[in-house]
Amino acid sequence: MGQILEQFLNLDIMFKVWPLLLRGLGTTLYLCLLVIPLGLAGGLMVALLSLSRSRAIDWLAMMLVDVFRAAPPLVLLILIYSGLPFAGIRLSPTAAVCIAFFCNTSSYYGEIYRAGIDSVGRGQWEAARSTGLGTLDTLSFVVLPQAVRNVLPDLVSNTIEVVKLTSIASVVSFPELLYSADMARSLTFNSSPVVLAAIIYLVLLWPLVRLVSRLERGVATH
Amino acid sequence: MTASERFRDTFFKPEMLAQYWPDIAHGVLVTVEIAAAVVVTGLILGLVLASLRAYRLAPINVLIVIFVDVFRSLPPLVAILLIYFGLPNVGINLPSFVVLWLVLSLVLAAFAEEIFWAGITATPKGQWEAARSTGLGFSETLAFVVMPQAIRLGVPPLTNRTIAITKNTALGTVIGVGEILNQATAAQSFSGNATPLMMGAIAYILLFIPVVALGRWIETRFAWRRS
Repeated sequence: MGQILEQFLNLDIMFKVWPLLLRGLGTTLYLCLLVIPLGLAGGLMVALLSLSRSRAIDWLAMMLVDVFRAAPPLVLLILIYSGLPFAGIRLSPTAAVCIAFFCNTSSYYGEIYRAGIDSVGRGQWEAARSTGLGTLDTLSFVVLPQAVRNVLPDLVSNTIEVVKLTSIASVVSFPELLYSADMARSLTFNSSPVVLAAIIYLVLLWPLVRLVSRLERGVATH
Repeated sequence: MTASERFRDTFFKPEMLAQYWPDIAHGVLVTVEIAAAVVVTGLILGLVLASLRAYRLAPINVLIVIFVDVFRSLPPLVAILLIYFGLPNVGINLPSFVVLWLVLSLVLAAFAEEIFWAGITATPKGQWEAARSTGLGFSETLAFVVMPQAIRLGVPPLTNRTIAITKNTALGTVIGVGEILNQATAAQSFSGNATPLMMGAIAYILLFIPVVALGRWIETRFAWRRS
């Protein structure tokens, strides 16, 4: 028992690595601020493409989404980070992470937006158009607000997944929370820093996980 | 050399394709095995936990909720590193593929529990009352009346979640599980060429595209009609 505490909950070590992990947390949050808005914007773009009247564009959007949903994000990241230099394109870890995340998260967000837009009845479009609103105005003032409200639980839930996913950036030496914790682990030969990182992730994400559960119930009883 | 030849020799070099396809094929096998094991254990554990929760025994439910919330909040890679590098120091040595299987199963179980539980609570009270009034006991009602409906409601969200979690088998590369990505990166650093990486990515896409398409079909087929 003492050995387990010593190995996983060593307060001395946790105290010592705290500043390092705090910096890691800062980098994780910075990364989230980059990739979440990018993904949300990209997803909207994908959803709008799939609204297009052109069969070809619709099909192309769907294919891109499926390919990027089929490739594990870590595979995309490693392909971009260690594959592209062979073609003479050398990207910083930040750029590689942003591109890989953009491909992955815009596909997921895109599917969610699409489901949301589908959930808004045709009558809404027709009514809005008949009052003289153009397509763009109808979309941005009538359809999208309702669409987003309908799929809000999914949007939040996917955002939680994106935050969790930032931990894979550690694999390409991006100094985020898990990378810092793992470095501290190998320096101290002790797992307490990783436990501390786990606790930080829990504190960060647990309220959001609860929020999703509440939102899901809210929509279900709607 | 023209640009297109250079591109081919960087990402699709024929000799590399010939040399490394058996490694990648082996990786595919490992990925499929672990993914299948994760789906089976994760879904069964999730179903068991959701059923257990239906008995509403306070101490057990608190434990279930804590388990579910922890594994929904924790990035799987954190759990993988923690178990793989932490446990040997207290005398427990688990092979890397067991660690990967264990962590992903627990993550899937947590999400599955939540989805099945949502299905159980969404089943109208009248179903319970009708079943009980025909003489079925609580457990029988749960197993034969409520659960089948809960499972059906859970199919669309569960399919997508299951696909996303099985794709996380790629995380195994970090602890040296010989799945596709691991074979590909090993071959890439060995050969100094990006072809194996490209092969790995394509193998993943070929493997998962049918699953993603199936998920899309199931989603529309089982769509939860909100009244």
